[in-house]
Amino acid sequence: MDLSYNPEYESFRDEVRGFITANRHLAPKGAGRASRPSPESVVWQKLLIRHGYTARTIPREYGGFGADPDILKSRIIAEEFAHAGVPGGLANQGISMLVPTLLELGTEEQKRRWIEPTLAGDVVWCQGYSEPGAGSDLASLKTSARIENGEFVINGQKIWTSTAKEADMIFCLVRTEGDAAKHRGISYLIFSMQTPGIEVRPLKTMTGNAEFNEIFFTDVRVPIDQIVGQRGQGWFVANATLGHERGMLGDPDALENRLLALIDLMRQEQVDGHRVIDLPAFRDRLGSLQAEVAAMKYNGMRVLSSQIKGEPGGMAKLIVKLQACELAHQISALAIDALGELGLLYHGSPHERAHGSWQWNYMFQLGLIIGGGTAQIQKNIISERGLNMPREPRLASQGER
Amino acid sequence: MDFGLSQEQQMLAESVARLLRELCPLNHVRNVVESESAVSAQAEAALAELGLNGLVVPEAYGGLGLGMLDAAVVATALGEAVAPVPFAGRKVLAPLALIEAGSDAQKANWLPRIASGGVCFGVGLQGLVTRRDGSGVSCADGRLTGLALFVLDCEEADHFLVADDNGQLYIILAQSEGVEQIALRTIDATRSICGLRLSSVPAEALRDDGGKAAQRIIAAGRILLAADSLGAADAMIAQAVAYAGQREQFGRVIGSFQAVKHMCAEMAARNEPCRSLVWYAAHAFDAVPEEAPLMACHAKSHLGETGRIIARTATEVHGGMGFTDLLGLHYWFKRIGFDRQILGGPETVREEAALLQGWIARAA
Repeated sequence: MDLSYNPEYESFRDEVRGFITANRHLAPKGAGRASRPSPESVVWQKLLIRHGYTARTIPREYGGFGADPDILKSRIIAEEFAHAGVPGGLANQGISMLVPTLLELGTEEQKRRWIEPTLAGDVVWCQGYSEPGAGSDLASLKTSARIENGEFVINGQKIWTSTAKEADMIFCLVRTEGDAAKHRGISYLIFSMQTPGIEVRPLKTMTGNAEFNEIFFTDVRVPIDQIVGQRGQGWFVANATLGHERGMLGDPDALENRLLALIDLMRQEQVDGHRVIDLPAFRDRLGSLQAEVAAMKYNGMRVLSSQIKGEPGGMAKLIVKLQACELAHQISALAIDALGELGLLYHGSPHERAHGSWQWNYMFQLGLIIGGGTAQIQKNIISERGLNMPREPRLASQGER
Repeated sequence: MDFGLSQEQQMLAESVARLLRELCPLNHVRNVVESESAVSAQAEAALAELGLNGLVVPEAYGGLGLGMLDAAVVATALGEAVAPVPFAGRKVLAPLALIEAGSDAQKANWLPRIASGGVCFGVGLQGLVTRRDGSGVSCADGRLTGLALFVLDCEEADHFLVADDNGQLYIILAQSEGVEQIALRTIDATRSICGLRLSSVPAEALRDDGGKAAQRIIAAGRILLAADSLGAADAMIAQAVAYAGQREQFGRVIGSFQAVKHMCAEMAARNEPCRSLVWYAAHAFDAVPEEAPLMACHAKSHLGETGRIIARTATEVHGGMGFTDLLGLHYWFKRIGFDRQILGGPETVREEAALLQGWIARAA
């Protein structure tokens, strides 16, 4: 166990801190998630790229900073921005999922055309994966693309598409090989959201907001070269990026920050003239969550260490999405309970706390437990890959399509 | 930056585990406890051979000079094997007390004999955490009087390390006049626990530091109990997964049913972060002492809660067989139960964590 950083990393940390102190006045206020980056966010993003605080390992010729991969430096950057309460680089689906996919599997022309403007925040992407009939069983998706006059002609429907309204482009899974087995009939296409035949409808969720959309495709025509990887390889292309999404949903800094906000809340809020933290039942629940957050924090450090050594993360990594999403949900739940009847206030009501964000989080985090691989799918993965338990037997009538 | 065990620590864990697989399988554990003992002589002898009596004793006093993380990996291996071996109290807390609060003369007198196995300590600290049934110890004129309950590692103890109600630590001779041992029987037959009724017993005081050393020793005890619980939980998960892979119902192994797979996945998902928490708490004890009391509380409470869920779930995965004595799964169930309650159950320890952080003020 050696938790010290050698001098190279300590001086790198000082450098990051120095940058934040000198530039934090330029940082955008209230970096909204799941929307088009504001002009200030784009300026901030470009500044961060120039200094290597985001897009750090993306080659320079594609608009990144071009540093050698160094997991520890990336971690130091994330820690320092989180501790300073300053937004780090953009983390939208284009940057987190499409860019790594293109780097790995895109053509040279695709890399040159799309990576730089995506990193810079000038081009916003949305992800067309899930369908009403293809959620956990994503490979059963039915949106089709037939080939006609050198173009894909797309028909079908996607759902759970965040940023569809703001997006310039979509990376989309469609069925191109109707006769192939279900995992082998899919292709990964990229096309403009301005293409005729695309209709976006907001999907209002239980939070009262439309954080997602549905997309309808009617004879949407896409040039045949706008495919990543080969025809029929789309499933494998997409799987290169699903891992990135699951990693995004288990950030230990985010959990710690939520817990600190909860502790502040319980120290400040009063009921019958007592601070909530003085009430033993609430204090005990807070203590439980604090211990769990600590366990996840050190679990994260363990996973990080195995990444640095180039070792697989094993069970410690497999459990992150399941545990972290549940824990985040429990933190919000305790905040609502600590607020009692005040915890109900929402929609900008008088007496509302923190703009209703505890309730919004409580609901939205339930969405995160379901999305990105449901808790039940996570448990399948943990039991099958982590514990080597038998795979689910297929029903005889179902077969491979 | 490397969060994890060193190669030496992995080797230590593996050599203890291998030795216990060989010398202390479940049928041996049964034989030991059925003979009304909580000490496996053969496991003890082999562990002494590895130098575990002096694990944390500085090399200058004839020990290995290792730290709490090393002790924690040993505790995990012992918990995994439900080994009837007096470890936490006798082999770690007693020498640590002398290291923390002993004079040079006391260290020179006691530590080499602890390391060689020449003296065997029981350790009575529970009264500093919770007092029950009139427990409490006071000192007058160098003599101890009172009742210490839940003293650890009593079997074969020739000396006891006991705290008075102010947190001052003392050594007493087990055979002294005025020492009455009360055999306590817990659910966990692999641990030897007693009460001590003390009537004006001559005692050798360690340095009076206002109870600081005692608090540090309690933190160490909590980390080791959490580490033991981790090992026991590991063993229960492994047994549940193995059983689910063999037992057939409805024409297929039950481990192919999602209901059963998900129980196993939940156990693993809860258990894995516990490993990192225990390691960090032990590391903090060695390297970041100001964090150690809080981290020891977190490890103790969280492992206590997680252990209970795993003990219950793993038993359920085994169906009716899990409930029988035949399979012996209950040895782990009870070991985890013991680890949870001693030196403060989760609620008690969380309250202490709240005090440590200044969430609330200590009652006058």
